Amino acid sequence: MQLQENARNLSMRWRYIKEGIFFSVVRLSVLVIVLALGGLLFYIVYNSYQAISWEFLTEPPTDAMTKGGIMPAVLGTIYLTLGAILIALPLGIMSAIYLSEYAKQGAMVRVIRLGVNCLAGVPSIVFGLFGLGLFVVYFKFGASILSGSLTLGFLILPTIIGASEEALKAVPQAFREASLALGVSKWQTTYRTVLPNALPGILTGSILGIGRAAGETAPIMFTAAAFFTVKLPSSIFDEVMALPFHIYVLATAGTHIEETRPLQFGTVLVLVALVLSVDLVAIVIRSAVRKKKRW
Amino acid sequence: MVNVQDGSVIKTVHVNFFYGNFKALTDVTMDFRQNEVTALIGPSGCGKSTLLRLLNRMNDLIAGSRVEGEVLFEGENIYGSTIDPVEIRRKIGMVFQKPNPFPKSIFSNITYGPRLTGVMSKADLEILVEQSLRQAVLWDEVKDILSRSAMMLSGGQQQRLCIARALAMKPEVLLMDEPTSALDPISTAKIEELIQDLKKTYTIIIVTHNMQQAARVSDMTGFFYIGKLIEYSATDKIFTRPDVKQTEDYITGRFG
Repeated sequence: MQLQENARNLSMRWRYIKEGIFFSVVRLSVLVIVLALGGLLFYIVYNSYQAISWEFLTEPPTDAMTKGGIMPAVLGTIYLTLGAILIALPLGIMSAIYLSEYAKQGAMVRVIRLGVNCLAGVPSIVFGLFGLGLFVVYFKFGASILSGSLTLGFLILPTIIGASEEALKAVPQAFREASLALGVSKWQTTYRTVLPNALPGILTGSILGIGRAAGETAPIMFTAAAFFTVKLPSSIFDEVMALPFHIYVLATAGTHIEETRPLQFGTVLVLVALVLSVDLVAIVIRSAVRKKKRW
Repeated sequence: MVNVQDGSVIKTVHVNFFYGNFKALTDVTMDFRQNEVTALIGPSGCGKSTLLRLLNRMNDLIAGSRVEGEVLFEGENIYGSTIDPVEIRRKIGMVFQKPNPFPKSIFSNITYGPRLTGVMSKADLEILVEQSLRQAVLWDEVKDILSRSAMMLSGGQQQRLCIARALAMKPEVLLMDEPTSALDPISTAKIEELIQDLKKTYTIIIVTHNMQQAARVSDMTGFFYIGKLIEYSATDKIFTRPDVKQTEDYITGRFG
């Protein structure tokens, strides 16, 4: 009797110890992530705060990019990102509608879906070369906002398709049935009931993908980004400076790499702030929708 | 309205139905008479809901399903190659087991169908909303909150809203798939009362698990068992002196 009790106590204690270990490991993982992220942000801010000023944001670089601001690069990144959204969002949403609402679920759709997922795993430099070959050279768009936007658009297409499909699937089947049973056509059902209910989810997922596109360097290196240009773009066929490429240039190809460290970090801070504020929009949309959602 | 001579609006002729390889209905031949309530009863999985969804081609949505035989609506086979299922669903409305209002205002729930299937003026829509809600005996409860979300209503109110929504399309037939199974007894009583009113104007076919409900609301009752129509006759007869032993066993609660 006593022996059994002891054994039980022992196994009980062992269970507590195991639980303790597990909790510590889990907690430690979170700590590592928070420290890494916090450290990164602190490091950037610490190294860049002297560089940040109103002029830095509103003026072009001067003196062989050792002084002045980064305004053309900020503008270029915004153009490229907006262009990518205009291309990828409609294309991605419509593809997702086809895949989840219209296509007959079978081998064919599985293959397409697999292809889309593979596309998501393709390294961004490959997209850059693809864009160079197709848009810059073959279509003769040159290195331009158009080529860069198209390339970035294709880069984020899998993310948008994936997010849209998820969001469409999350719309209750009962809504579709209710609409169809009223004698409303399939297209109208999709357009009037399924899509509006999926849109917040689609946007949230897509915006997160777009944030990523804003920070990509490789895809725009050959297709859109200029090493240096004072001239602001006047059409979509002009090349532009862009924040990620500007950082790369300053840090590797400049004439005074050491002296321009604050400029580099300043640019990094602006880019990070830009990406995070895009993500913030997604978070705000999501929380607003969660409050409203009632099914 | 075109009527078939024997007064039936819908008629199924030797209907078989398959989900892939599974045969869910076997040789069902029955007719549904105008301005009557027909109840379909039977244990779970007997095919009664399948039959109901066959009548307005809602089963089309299920991949790998197949129909054999004919379903005649006003004398025409709705599975004919020239028939547009959307048109059929407009004439044959449906109310589902779980209330499924759209996450929109009460007003927009009613006007959703009419707006998308024919242009209507705002004044016409307002009349239609009042008419439909009155028919569904919901008007007095919601007339002051038409712009509020339908999701705020109680389950019973939501179900009556769904009925009103179906009525707004001015269908000829109303299919009801266990419309009260998710509702409390008071809401259930209201809906049953409503069915009695509606049958003056519409032909109603209702699937129910509730035997008392079938006995209370229907004129005709069909008993299904494993995909077959076992017995089909006047409700009074089915519930007092059924011809088939299986029917009697089921309604007296000996199985099912």
